[in-house]
Amino acid sequence: MIIAIRTIVVALLLSATRTEAQATDSALDAQTAAVAATLRCPVCQGESIQDSPSELAQQMRAVVRDRLRSGQTPDQVKSYFVSRYGEWILLEPRMKGLNVALYALPVVLIAGGLVLIIFLVRKWTRASGSEAAP
Amino acid sequence: MNWKRAAIAVMAAVPLVALFAFGFTRNPAEIPSPLPGHQAPRFALAVFSPGTGSNSPSVGDSIHLSKFAGKVVVVNFFASWCLPCRAEHAALSQAATKYAGSGVEFIGILYNDQPAAGLQWIEEMGGMTYPAVLDKESRTAIDYGIYGVPETFIIDTRGRVAHKDLGPVTESLLSRVLDSLRVTN
Repeated sequence: MIIAIRTIVVALLLSATRTEAQATDSALDAQTAAVAATLRCPVCQGESIQDSPSELAQQMRAVVRDRLRSGQTPDQVKSYFVSRYGEWILLEPRMKGLNVALYALPVVLIAGGLVLIIFLVRKWTRASGSEAAP
Repeated sequence: MNWKRAAIAVMAAVPLVALFAFGFTRNPAEIPSPLPGHQAPRFALAVFSPGTGSNSPSVGDSIHLSKFAGKVVVVNFFASWCLPCRAEHAALSQAATKYAGSGVEFIGILYNDQPAAGLQWIEEMGGMTYPAVLDKESRTAIDYGIYGVPETFIIDTRGRVAHKDLGPVTESLLSRVLDSLRVTN
């Protein structure tokens, strides 16, 4: 009887440990996928290392996973790849230095276009108004 | 002629032409490496081809970059499936012989390839005068920001990456960089 109880307890403990390990693994997988999705594959055309089936992308995903497992934060892992491949490796450039222009330029162009349209519309309506007046 | 319109057209065209001039003079396939000027990533990799030099290591020995402190080191990433690697092989082997014993070490790192294929390739090329090592899982290649082969890094006596070359190297380029590093270090 005692042996049977001991066996059940051991089995329950093992099962609990396995479930915990599986949960940790799936959390690590999800974190790896999230970081890998932000890194550009160096041998592909505009694909992330998460999406690319290339050998190098797979090896880079393994590096991401190992670094996350060793306790590095996603930002630290990204910084490692930037230190090796440059800012180019980031699919979404960081908002600093000259990169700010990448984010600011569309806003400036749209604002400039709107100002130009308003200016021209006002000019045309003023011109047509003065033409219509007797 | 309407000078105002002409001036606006020129003002709009100049930045566009400058942008195109900048874009068309760059190689879109080249990823600018941040490594030159920085400390070279360390490695310890196992020899699979000892080379024919006088101080050749044995197969299975580990080559540690840190053991070459005070020397200039040429690190060449190559593969048996890489056609441009064939073009540069003679230049590298000859340079390794020329600079043997003068404070310059050459190391070949096999990239995404099988050791047997690497050995066969070396035999086909008539041998290699310097050792070649294995890089399992491409950890060292990723540490060096490799994305294609051949890629060659020249590390100065203080362990910093002094020069990086994408594509096949020539003997004149190796001589120019190595001579300047031996003079300045």
